[in-house]
Amino acid sequence: MNKVLMSGNNIIGEAAIRAGCRFYAGYPITPQNELTEYMAEHLRTVEGGVFLQSESEIAAIHMITGASATGARVMTSSSSPGISLKQEGISSMAACELPGIIVNIMRGGPGLGNIRPAQGDYFQATRGGGHGDYRTIVFGPATCQELADLTMDAFDLADKYRTPVMILADGMMGQMMEPVIFKKPKPRQYNEKFMLRGAGHGKSKIIRGLILDPIDMEEHNWKLARKYQVIIDHETLHEEYKTEDAKLVIVAYGTSARIAKGAIKRLRDKGMKVGLFRPITLWPFPELKLRKLAEKINNFLVFEMSTGQMLEDVRLALQGYADIGFHGRPGGVVPTPAELANVVARHYEKKD
Amino acid sequence: MMLKTIFSGFGGQGVLMMGYSFAHSAMNKGYHVTYLPSYGAEVRGGTANCTIAVADEEITSPVASEPDYVVVMNSPSLITFQNKITCGGTMFLNSSIVEIRPSRKDIKICAVPCGDMAREMGNIRVANIIMMGAFIKKTGIVPSDVYLKSIGTIMGGKKKSVAELNQKAFTAGYDFVKD
Repeated sequence: MNKVLMSGNNIIGEAAIRAGCRFYAGYPITPQNELTEYMAEHLRTVEGGVFLQSESEIAAIHMITGASATGARVMTSSSSPGISLKQEGISSMAACELPGIIVNIMRGGPGLGNIRPAQGDYFQATRGGGHGDYRTIVFGPATCQELADLTMDAFDLADKYRTPVMILADGMMGQMMEPVIFKKPKPRQYNEKFMLRGAGHGKSKIIRGLILDPIDMEEHNWKLARKYQVIIDHETLHEEYKTEDAKLVIVAYGTSARIAKGAIKRLRDKGMKVGLFRPITLWPFPELKLRKLAEKINNFLVFEMSTGQMLEDVRLALQGYADIGFHGRPGGVVPTPAELANVVARHYEKKD
Repeated sequence: MMLKTIFSGFGGQGVLMMGYSFAHSAMNKGYHVTYLPSYGAEVRGGTANCTIAVADEEITSPVASEPDYVVVMNSPSLITFQNKITCGGTMFLNSSIVEIRPSRKDIKICAVPCGDMAREMGNIRVANIIMMGAFIKKTGIVPSDVYLKSIGTIMGGKKKSVAELNQKAFTAGYDFVKD
Protein backbone atom coordinates (compact mmCIF):
# COMPACT_ATOMS: atom_id res chain seq x y z
CA MET A 1 0.00 0.00 0.00
CA ASN A 2 1.39 3.36 -1.02
CA LYS A 3 1.69 6.42 1.12
CA VAL A 4 -0.95 9.02 0.40
CA LEU A 5 -1.11 12.65 1.46
CA MET A 6 -4.49 13.35 3.04
CA SER A 7 -6.03 15.69 5.58
CA GLY A 8 -6.93 14.34 9.01
CA ASN A 9 -10.65 14.69 8.36
CA ASN A 10 -10.43 12.74 5.11
CA ILE A 11 -8.21 10.12 6.70
CA ILE A 12 -10.83 9.38 9.38
CA GLY A 13 -13.45 9.00 6.66
CA GLU A 14 -11.32 6.71 4.51
CA ALA A 15 -10.22 4.59 7.48
CA ALA A 16 -13.84 4.25 8.62
CA ILE A 17 -15.04 3.10 5.20
CA ARG A 18 -12.15 0.64 4.93
CA ALA A 19 -13.02 -0.66 8.41
CA GLY A 20 -16.52 -1.43 7.19
CA CYS A 21 -18.45 1.65 8.31
CA ARG A 22 -21.59 1.63 6.19
CA PHE A 23 -23.76 4.19 7.93
CA TYR A 24 -22.78 7.77 8.63
CA ALA A 25 -25.02 10.63 9.71
CA GLY A 26 -23.78 14.10 10.45
CA TYR A 27 -24.43 17.80 10.35
CA PRO A 28 -21.89 20.37 9.13
CA ILE A 29 -19.67 22.32 11.52
CA THR A 30 -16.16 23.74 11.13
CA PRO A 31 -13.45 22.40 11.48
CA GLN A 32 -14.72 18.90 10.69
CA ASN A 33 -16.72 19.62 7.51
CA GLU A 34 -14.29 17.78 5.25
CA LEU A 35 -15.12 14.54 7.06
CA THR A 36 -18.84 14.88 6.42
CA GLU A 37 -18.06 15.87 2.84
CA TYR A 38 -15.79 12.85 2.41
CA MET A 39 -18.46 10.48 3.68
CA ALA A 40 -21.04 12.09 1.37
CA GLU A 41 -18.82 11.50 -1.61
CA HIS A 42 -17.41 8.08 -0.80
CA LEU A 43 -19.98 6.10 1.21
CA ARG A 44 -22.23 5.86 -1.84
CA THR A 45 -19.44 4.17 -3.77
CA VAL A 46 -19.38 1.15 -1.46
CA GLU A 47 -22.03 -1.53 -1.32
CA GLY A 48 -24.63 -0.88 1.35
CA GLY A 49 -23.17 2.51 2.21
CA VAL A 50 -25.62 5.09 3.56
CA PHE A 51 -24.78 8.75 4.04
CA LEU A 52 -27.29 11.05 5.69
CA GLN A 53 -26.95 14.74 6.27
CA SER A 54 -29.29 14.97 9.20
CA GLU A 55 -31.41 17.96 10.19
CA SER A 56 -29.39 18.36 13.39
CA GLU A 57 -26.59 16.83 15.43
CA ILE A 58 -29.16 15.27 17.76
CA ALA A 59 -30.87 13.56 14.84
CA ALA A 60 -27.53 12.27 13.58
CA ILE A 61 -26.57 10.54 16.83
CA HIS A 62 -29.98 8.90 17.09
CA MET A 63 -29.80 7.80 13.46
CA ILE A 64 -26.52 6.01 14.08
CA THR A 65 -27.97 4.53 17.27
CA GLY A 66 -30.78 3.03 15.25
CA ALA A 67 -28.49 1.79 12.51
CA SER A 68 -26.15 0.29 15.11
CA ALA A 69 -29.08 -1.61 16.64
CA THR A 70 -29.62 -3.28 13.27
CA GLY A 71 -25.96 -4.34 13.25
CA ALA A 72 -24.38 -1.75 10.95
CA ARG A 73 -20.94 -0.30 11.61
CA VAL A 74 -21.76 3.34 12.29
CA MET A 75 -20.10 6.70 12.75
CA THR A 76 -21.02 10.32 13.32
CA SER A 77 -18.80 13.34 13.67
CA SER A 78 -18.96 16.94 14.78
CA SER A 79 -17.02 19.62 16.57
CA SER A 80 -17.36 20.79 20.16
CA PRO A 81 -20.80 22.55 20.23
CA GLY A 82 -22.26 19.79 18.06
CA ILE A 83 -20.82 17.09 20.32
CA SER A 84 -22.61 18.71 23.27
CA LEU A 85 -25.85 18.21 21.40
CA LYS A 86 -25.08 14.54 20.86
CA GLN A 87 -24.64 13.70 24.52
CA GLU A 88 -28.17 12.41 25.06
CA GLY A 89 -27.66 9.94 22.23
CA ILE A 90 -24.24 8.85 23.42
CA SER A 91 -25.72 8.13 26.86
CA SER A 92 -28.44 6.06 25.15
CA MET A 93 -25.89 4.10 23.15
CA ALA A 94 -23.92 3.34 26.32
CA ALA A 95 -27.10 2.27 28.12
CA CYS A 96 -28.25 0.10 25.21
CA GLU A 97 -24.71 -1.27 24.75
CA LEU A 98 -24.54 -0.26 21.11
CA PRO A 99 -21.23 0.11 19.30
CA GLY A 100 -20.56 3.28 17.33
CA ILE A 101 -17.88 5.87 16.65
CA ILE A 102 -18.23 9.54 17.55
CA VAL A 103 -15.57 11.87 16.19
CA ASN A 104 -14.98 15.19 17.93
CA ILE A 105 -12.72 17.61 16.05
CA MET A 106 -12.47 20.06 18.94
CA ARG A 107 -12.57 23.85 18.58
CA GLY A 108 -12.38 26.75 21.00
CA GLY A 109 -15.11 26.94 23.62
CA PRO A 110 -17.16 27.18 25.77
CA GLY A 111 -20.36 28.11 23.99
CA LEU A 112 -20.01 28.58 20.26
CA GLY A 113 -16.45 29.71 20.97
CA ASN A 114 -14.43 29.85 17.78
CA ILE A 115 -13.16 27.51 15.09
CA ARG A 116 -9.50 27.28 16.12
CA PRO A 117 -7.94 24.09 17.54
CA ALA A 118 -8.50 23.56 21.28
CA GLN A 119 -8.66 20.78 23.87
CA GLY A 120 -11.44 21.98 26.13
CA ASP A 121 -13.67 18.92 25.70
CA TYR A 122 -11.47 16.50 27.65
CA PHE A 123 -13.78 16.39 30.67
CA GLN A 124 -16.87 15.94 28.52
CA ALA A 125 -15.25 13.11 26.55
CA THR A 126 -13.61 11.20 29.39
CA ARG A 127 -16.25 11.57 32.10
CA GLY A 128 -19.09 10.21 30.01
CA GLY A 129 -20.40 13.57 28.88
CA GLY A 130 -24.06 12.73 29.01
CA HIS A 131 -26.20 11.77 31.99
CA GLY A 132 -25.93 8.56 33.95
CA ASP A 133 -23.19 6.19 35.07
CA TYR A 134 -21.27 5.45 31.91
CA ARG A 135 -17.96 5.97 30.17
CA THR A 136 -16.86 6.04 26.57
CA ILE A 137 -13.51 4.81 25.34
CA VAL A 138 -11.64 7.92 24.11
CA PHE A 139 -8.69 8.00 21.72
CA GLY A 140 -6.46 11.09 21.48
CA PRO A 141 -4.47 10.68 18.25
CA ALA A 142 -1.46 12.94 17.60
CA THR A 143 -0.50 12.12 14.02
CA CYS A 144 -2.42 11.53 10.81
CA GLN A 145 -1.11 7.96 10.76
CA GLU A 146 -2.55 7.45 14.20
CA LEU A 147 -5.87 8.89 13.04
CA ALA A 148 -6.00 6.16 10.41
CA ASP A 149 -4.94 3.33 12.71
CA LEU A 150 -7.01 4.35 15.72
CA THR A 151 -10.15 4.93 13.66
CA MET A 152 -9.95 1.31 12.52
CA ASP A 153 -9.15 0.09 16.03
CA ALA A 154 -12.04 2.15 17.41
CA PHE A 155 -14.55 0.11 15.40
CA ASP A 156 -13.09 -3.14 16.71
CA LEU A 157 -13.12 -1.96 20.31
CA ALA A 158 -16.67 -0.62 19.99
CA ASP A 159 -17.80 -4.07 18.84
CA LYS A 160 -15.70 -5.94 21.37
CA TYR A 161 -17.17 -4.07 24.33
CA ARG A 162 -20.45 -3.03 22.70
CA THR A 163 -19.93 0.56 23.66
CA PRO A 164 -19.55 3.93 21.91
CA VAL A 165 -15.96 5.00 21.23
CA MET A 166 -14.91 8.60 20.77
CA ILE A 167 -12.06 9.94 18.69
CA LEU A 168 -10.98 13.20 20.28
CA ALA A 169 -8.86 15.32 17.96
CA ASP A 170 -8.79 19.06 17.27
CA GLY A 171 -9.01 21.47 14.36
CA MET A 172 -5.33 21.17 13.65
CA MET A 173 -5.45 17.38 13.40
CA GLY A 174 -8.54 17.61 11.22
CA GLN A 175 -7.15 20.16 8.79
CA MET A 176 -3.53 19.07 8.66
CA MET A 177 -2.25 16.75 5.95
CA GLU A 178 0.44 14.13 6.49
CA PRO A 179 1.45 11.05 4.55
CA VAL A 180 -0.48 8.02 5.71
CA ILE A 181 -0.56 4.28 5.01
CA PHE A 182 -3.86 2.51 5.59
CA LYS A 183 -3.45 -0.83 7.31
CA LYS A 184 -5.59 -3.82 6.47
CA PRO A 185 -8.61 -3.83 8.74
CA LYS A 186 -9.35 -6.96 10.78
CA PRO A 187 -12.47 -8.93 9.88
CA ARG A 188 -15.44 -7.83 11.96
CA GLN A 189 -16.35 -9.92 15.00
CA TYR A 190 -19.79 -9.01 16.20
CA ASN A 191 -22.39 -11.56 17.15
CA GLU A 192 -25.60 -11.50 15.17
CA LYS A 193 -27.55 -12.07 18.37
CA PHE A 194 -27.01 -8.39 19.16
CA MET A 195 -28.48 -7.22 15.86
CA LEU A 196 -32.14 -6.43 15.35
CA ARG A 197 -32.94 -8.03 12.03
CA GLY A 198 -36.76 -7.99 11.89
CA ALA A 199 -39.28 -10.67 12.87
CA GLY A 200 -37.83 -14.15 13.04
CA HIS A 201 -38.58 -17.41 14.74
CA GLY A 202 -36.25 -17.12 17.71
CA LYS A 203 -36.58 -15.35 21.02
CA SER A 204 -37.40 -11.63 20.99
CA LYS A 205 -34.40 -9.34 21.11
CA ILE A 206 -34.84 -6.26 23.22
CA ILE A 207 -32.48 -3.28 23.14
CA ARG A 208 -33.47 -0.57 25.58
CA GLY A 209 -32.18 2.02 27.97
CA LEU A 210 -35.43 2.48 29.89
CA ILE A 211 -35.40 0.09 32.86
CA LEU A 212 -38.04 1.21 35.37
CA ASP A 213 -37.35 -1.26 38.17
CA PRO A 214 -34.50 0.30 40.18
CA ILE A 215 -33.13 -3.07 41.23
CA ASP A 216 -32.86 -4.11 37.57
CA MET A 217 -31.39 -0.74 36.68
CA GLU A 218 -28.87 -1.05 39.48
CA GLU A 219 -27.83 -4.44 38.17
CA HIS A 220 -27.52 -2.96 34.68
CA ASN A 221 -25.31 -0.20 36.07
CA TRP A 222 -23.06 -2.71 37.84
CA LYS A 223 -22.89 -4.77 34.69
CA LEU A 224 -21.70 -1.71 32.77
CA ALA A 225 -19.28 -0.84 35.57
CA ARG A 226 -17.75 -4.34 35.40
CA LYS A 227 -17.35 -3.93 31.66
CA TYR A 228 -15.64 -0.56 32.13
CA GLN A 229 -13.29 -2.13 34.67
CA VAL A 230 -12.26 -4.75 32.09
CA ILE A 231 -11.59 -1.92 29.63
CA ILE A 232 -9.52 -0.06 32.23
CA ASP A 233 -7.49 -3.21 32.91
CA HIS A 234 -6.81 -4.09 29.28
CA GLU A 235 -7.12 -1.20 26.88
CA THR A 236 -4.86 1.66 27.95
CA LEU A 237 -2.40 2.94 25.35
CA HIS A 238 0.39 5.46 25.77
CA GLU A 239 3.70 6.56 24.31
CA GLU A 240 6.87 7.43 26.18
CA TYR A 241 9.38 9.65 24.40
CA LYS A 242 12.90 10.17 25.73
CA THR A 243 11.87 9.36 29.30
CA GLU A 244 14.79 6.98 30.02
CA ASP A 245 17.14 9.68 31.28
CA ALA A 246 14.57 12.45 31.81
CA LYS A 247 14.68 14.80 34.79
CA LEU A 248 11.35 16.35 33.81
CA VAL A 249 8.49 14.73 31.93
CA ILE A 250 5.82 16.66 30.03
CA VAL A 251 2.39 15.00 30.01
CA ALA A 252 0.41 15.98 26.90
CA TYR A 253 -1.90 14.43 24.30
CA GLY A 254 -2.89 15.11 20.69
CA THR A 255 -1.68 18.37 19.17
CA SER A 256 -0.21 19.46 22.54
CA ALA A 257 1.99 16.37 22.51
CA ARG A 258 3.33 17.34 19.09
CA ILE A 259 4.19 20.80 20.37
CA ALA A 260 5.77 19.19 23.44
CA LYS A 261 8.01 17.02 21.25
CA GLY A 262 9.17 20.15 19.43
CA ALA A 263 9.92 21.80 22.76
CA ILE A 264 11.80 18.71 23.97
CA LYS A 265 14.01 18.82 20.89
CA ARG A 266 14.95 22.44 21.66
CA LEU A 267 15.51 21.73 25.36
CA ARG A 268 17.69 18.69 24.72
CA ASP A 269 19.83 20.78 22.38
CA LYS A 270 20.48 22.97 25.41
CA GLY A 271 21.32 19.94 27.54
CA MET A 272 18.09 19.70 29.49
CA LYS A 273 16.86 16.15 29.93
CA VAL A 274 13.17 16.39 29.21
CA GLY A 275 10.82 13.60 28.09
CA LEU A 276 7.18 13.13 27.16
CA PHE A 277 4.43 10.90 28.45
CA ARG A 278 1.60 10.86 25.92
CA PRO A 279 -1.67 9.14 26.78
CA ILE A 280 -3.19 7.68 23.59
CA THR A 281 -6.31 6.43 25.33
CA LEU A 282 -7.65 9.34 27.38
CA TRP A 283 -10.23 7.05 28.90
CA PRO A 284 -9.11 4.67 30.17
CA PHE A 285 -6.29 6.95 31.28
CA PRO A 286 -2.93 5.09 31.53
CA GLU A 287 -2.76 5.93 35.21
CA LEU A 288 -0.59 3.06 36.43
CA LYS A 289 1.91 3.50 33.59
CA LEU A 290 2.30 7.16 34.51
CA ARG A 291 2.65 6.34 38.21
CA LYS A 292 5.37 3.82 37.36
CA LEU A 293 7.32 6.63 35.75
CA ALA A 294 7.17 8.55 39.05
CA GLU A 295 9.35 5.84 40.62
CA LYS A 296 12.38 7.48 38.99
CA ILE A 297 11.17 10.95 38.01
CA ASN A 298 9.86 13.55 40.39
CA ASN A 299 9.13 16.50 38.13
CA PHE A 300 6.09 16.49 35.80
CA LEU A 301 4.54 19.27 33.74
CA VAL A 302 1.08 18.91 32.22
CA PHE A 303 0.56 20.86 29.00
CA GLU A 304 -2.88 21.26 27.45
CA MET A 305 -4.71 23.61 25.12
CA SER A 306 -7.23 24.12 27.94
CA THR A 307 -7.26 25.57 31.46
CA GLY A 308 -6.30 22.19 32.91
CA GLN A 309 -8.53 19.16 32.45
CA MET A 310 -6.29 16.16 31.89
CA LEU A 311 -4.36 17.76 34.75
CA GLU A 312 -6.92 16.18 37.09
CA ASP A 313 -6.22 12.69 35.75
CA VAL A 314 -2.52 13.30 36.14
CA ARG A 315 -3.14 14.40 39.73
CA LEU A 316 -5.13 11.23 40.38
CA ALA A 317 -2.18 9.25 39.07
CA LEU A 318 0.67 11.22 40.63
CA GLN A 319 -0.54 13.23 43.62
CA GLY A 320 1.74 12.32 46.49
CA TYR A 321 4.19 10.61 44.16
CA ALA A 322 5.65 13.58 42.27
CA ASP A 323 5.49 17.33 41.72
CA ILE A 324 3.04 18.44 39.05
CA GLY A 325 3.21 21.74 37.17
CA PHE A 326 0.85 23.00 34.51
CA HIS A 327 0.88 25.17 31.40
CA GLY A 328 -2.31 25.79 29.45
CA ARG A 329 -3.42 27.85 26.43
CA PRO A 330 -7.21 27.59 26.08
CA GLY A 331 -9.61 29.22 23.65
CA GLY A 332 -8.13 28.20 20.31
CA VAL A 333 -4.52 29.33 20.78
CA VAL A 334 -1.88 26.94 19.44
CA PRO A 335 1.36 27.84 21.22
CA THR A 336 4.76 27.32 19.63
CA PRO A 337 7.33 24.76 20.75
CA ALA A 338 9.61 27.73 21.57
CA GLU A 339 7.08 29.12 24.07
CA LEU A 340 6.58 25.76 25.74
CA ALA A 341 10.35 25.23 25.87
CA ASN A 342 10.71 28.47 27.84
CA VAL A 343 8.00 27.40 30.28
CA VAL A 344 9.56 23.97 30.73
CA ALA A 345 13.01 25.49 31.26
CA ARG A 346 11.61 27.50 34.17
CA HIS A 347 10.11 24.39 35.79
CA TYR A 348 13.25 22.41 35.08
CA GLU A 349 15.58 24.88 36.76
CA LYS A 350 13.28 25.22 39.74
CA LYS A 351 13.67 21.58 40.65
CA ASP A 352 17.16 20.76 39.51
CA MET B 1 17.05 19.23 8.16
CA MET B 2 13.76 20.97 8.87
CA LEU B 3 12.45 23.51 6.38
CA LYS B 4 9.19 25.39 6.68
CA THR B 5 7.48 27.28 3.91
CA ILE B 6 4.40 29.49 3.84
CA PHE B 7 2.51 29.94 0.57
CA SER B 8 0.15 32.90 0.59
CA GLY B 9 -2.01 34.97 -1.70
CA PHE B 10 -5.58 35.69 -2.76
CA GLY B 11 -8.13 32.92 -2.64
CA GLY B 12 -8.24 31.70 -6.25
CA GLN B 13 -4.56 32.15 -7.03
CA GLY B 14 -3.94 28.52 -6.28
CA VAL B 15 -1.78 28.97 -3.20
CA LEU B 16 -3.21 25.88 -1.49
CA MET B 17 -2.45 23.90 -4.64
CA MET B 18 1.13 25.21 -4.59
CA GLY B 19 1.52 23.98 -1.03
CA TYR B 20 -0.22 20.69 -1.66
CA SER B 21 1.81 19.87 -4.76
CA PHE B 22 5.05 20.78 -3.00
CA ALA B 23 4.13 18.64 0.02
CA HIS B 24 3.13 15.79 -2.26
CA SER B 25 6.45 15.87 -4.11
CA ALA B 26 8.45 16.13 -0.89
CA MET B 27 6.60 13.05 0.37
CA ASN B 28 7.51 11.21 -2.83
CA LYS B 29 11.14 12.25 -2.37
CA GLY B 30 10.98 10.37 0.93
CA TYR B 31 10.80 13.27 3.37
CA HIS B 32 8.56 13.66 6.38
CA VAL B 33 6.03 16.31 5.53
CA THR B 34 3.06 18.21 6.97
CA TYR B 35 0.61 20.50 5.20
CA LEU B 36 -1.49 22.91 7.25
CA PRO B 37 -3.98 25.13 5.42
CA SER B 38 -5.53 28.26 6.82
CA TYR B 39 -9.18 27.54 7.37
CA GLY B 40 -12.27 29.29 8.57
CA ALA B 41 -14.71 31.94 7.55
CA GLU B 42 -12.92 33.07 4.40
CA VAL B 43 -14.40 34.93 1.44
CA ARG B 44 -13.67 34.61 -2.25
CA GLY B 45 -10.91 37.09 -3.03
CA GLY B 46 -9.80 37.05 0.60
CA THR B 47 -6.43 35.79 1.70
CA ALA B 48 -5.41 32.15 1.83
CA ASN B 49 -2.24 30.54 3.04
CA CYS B 50 -0.77 27.19 3.93
CA THR B 51 2.30 26.04 5.78
CA ILE B 52 4.46 23.13 4.62
CA ALA B 53 7.07 21.51 6.80
CA VAL B 54 9.62 19.23 5.16
CA ALA B 55 12.14 17.32 7.25
CA ASP B 56 14.30 14.22 7.35
CA GLU B 57 12.99 13.47 10.85
CA GLU B 58 9.61 13.38 12.59
CA ILE B 59 7.86 16.76 12.33
CA THR B 60 6.45 17.93 15.60
CA SER B 61 4.69 21.23 15.04
CA PRO B 62 3.18 21.85 11.59
CA VAL B 63 3.05 25.57 12.41
CA ALA B 64 5.88 27.81 11.22
CA SER B 65 6.75 30.58 13.63
CA GLU B 66 9.92 31.36 11.63
CA PRO B 67 9.51 30.03 8.08
CA ASP B 68 12.62 29.54 5.96
CA TYR B 69 10.71 30.39 2.79
CA VAL B 70 7.66 32.53 2.17
CA VAL B 71 5.93 32.71 -1.19
CA VAL B 72 3.76 35.81 -1.54
CA MET B 73 1.40 36.05 -4.46
CA ASN B 74 -0.15 39.39 -3.44
CA SER B 75 0.71 42.52 -1.45
CA PRO B 76 -1.35 41.81 1.72
CA SER B 77 0.58 38.54 2.11
CA LEU B 78 3.88 40.38 1.97
CA ILE B 79 2.78 42.68 4.78
CA THR B 80 1.44 39.75 6.82
CA PHE B 81 4.47 37.50 6.53
CA GLN B 82 7.55 39.68 5.98
CA ASN B 83 8.31 39.82 9.69
CA LYS B 84 7.86 36.09 10.25
CA ILE B 85 10.48 34.88 7.81
CA THR B 86 13.68 33.72 9.44
CA CYS B 87 16.89 35.76 9.16
CA GLY B 88 18.62 34.65 5.98
CA GLY B 89 15.43 33.15 4.58
CA THR B 90 14.08 33.73 1.10
CA MET B 91 10.91 35.49 0.03
CA PHE B 92 9.49 34.60 -3.37
CA LEU B 93 7.19 37.29 -4.65
CA ASN B 94 4.85 37.68 -7.58
CA SER B 95 6.32 40.92 -8.92
CA SER B 96 3.50 41.27 -11.47
CA ILE B 97 1.15 42.57 -8.80
CA VAL B 98 3.33 42.98 -5.71
CA GLU B 99 4.84 46.42 -6.12
CA ILE B 100 6.15 46.90 -2.60
CA ARG B 101 9.29 45.19 -1.30
CA PRO B 102 10.08 44.00 2.20
CA SER B 103 11.87 46.60 4.30
CA ARG B 104 14.10 43.91 5.79
CA LYS B 105 17.66 43.64 4.51
CA ASP B 106 18.47 40.31 6.18
CA ILE B 107 16.40 38.17 3.81
CA LYS B 108 16.84 37.20 0.18
CA ILE B 109 14.23 38.18 -2.37
CA CYS B 110 13.34 36.23 -5.47
CA ALA B 111 10.99 38.30 -7.62
CA VAL B 112 9.18 36.41 -10.37
CA PRO B 113 6.70 38.23 -12.65
CA CYS B 114 4.65 35.05 -12.78
CA GLY B 115 1.37 36.86 -13.44
CA ASP B 116 2.71 38.51 -16.61
CA MET B 117 4.46 35.34 -17.69
CA ALA B 118 1.22 33.40 -17.29
CA ARG B 119 -0.73 35.95 -19.26
CA GLU B 120 1.83 35.68 -22.07
CA MET B 121 1.19 31.96 -22.09
CA GLY B 122 -2.48 32.72 -22.48
CA ASN B 123 -3.70 31.50 -19.09
CA ILE B 124 -3.35 33.51 -15.90
CA ARG B 125 -4.22 30.42 -13.90
CA VAL B 126 -0.75 28.89 -14.34
CA ALA B 127 0.91 31.79 -12.51
CA ASN B 128 1.19 29.55 -9.46
CA ILE B 129 2.92 26.77 -11.39
CA ILE B 130 5.40 29.29 -12.87
CA MET B 131 6.20 30.40 -9.34
CA MET B 132 6.61 26.76 -8.32
CA GLY B 133 9.19 26.35 -11.09
CA ALA B 134 11.22 29.16 -9.57
CA PHE B 135 10.63 27.86 -6.04
CA ILE B 136 11.68 24.30 -6.82
CA LYS B 137 14.88 25.44 -8.52
CA LYS B 138 15.91 27.97 -5.88
CA THR B 139 15.19 25.77 -2.87
CA GLY B 140 16.54 22.53 -4.35
CA ILE B 141 14.58 20.46 -1.82
CA VAL B 142 12.75 18.45 -4.45
CA PRO B 143 14.14 17.64 -7.93
CA SER B 144 12.08 19.02 -10.79
CA ASP B 145 11.20 15.59 -12.22
CA VAL B 146 9.80 14.47 -8.85
CA TYR B 147 7.73 17.65 -8.64
CA LEU B 148 6.41 17.30 -12.17
CA LYS B 149 5.45 13.69 -11.48
CA SER B 150 3.48 14.85 -8.45
CA ILE B 151 1.69 17.51 -10.48
CA GLY B 152 0.82 14.76 -12.98
CA THR B 153 -0.60 12.57 -10.21
CA ILE B 154 -2.58 15.40 -8.63
CA MET B 155 -3.99 16.59 -11.95
CA GLY B 156 -4.56 12.95 -12.94
CA GLY B 157 -7.94 13.22 -14.57
CA LYS B 158 -7.33 16.50 -16.38
CA LYS B 159 -6.93 16.95 -20.13
CA LYS B 160 -3.60 16.44 -21.84
CA SER B 161 -3.48 20.10 -22.90
CA VAL B 162 -3.67 21.12 -19.24
CA ALA B 163 -0.79 18.82 -18.36
CA GLU B 164 1.30 20.27 -21.19
CA LEU B 165 0.50 23.82 -20.15
CA ASN B 166 1.55 23.05 -16.57
CA GLN B 167 4.79 21.53 -17.78
CA LYS B 168 5.47 24.59 -19.93
CA ALA B 169 4.63 26.95 -17.09
CA PHE B 170 6.85 25.07 -14.67
CA THR B 171 9.78 25.15 -17.09
CA ALA B 172 9.34 28.89 -17.68
CA GLY B 173 9.58 29.57 -13.94
CA TYR B 174 12.44 27.11 -13.54
CA ASP B 175 14.46 28.75 -16.30
CA PHE B 176 13.64 32.28 -15.14
CA VAL B 177 15.72 32.04 -11.96
CA LYS B 178 19.42 31.33 -11.67
CA ASP B 179 20.84 28.73 -9.31
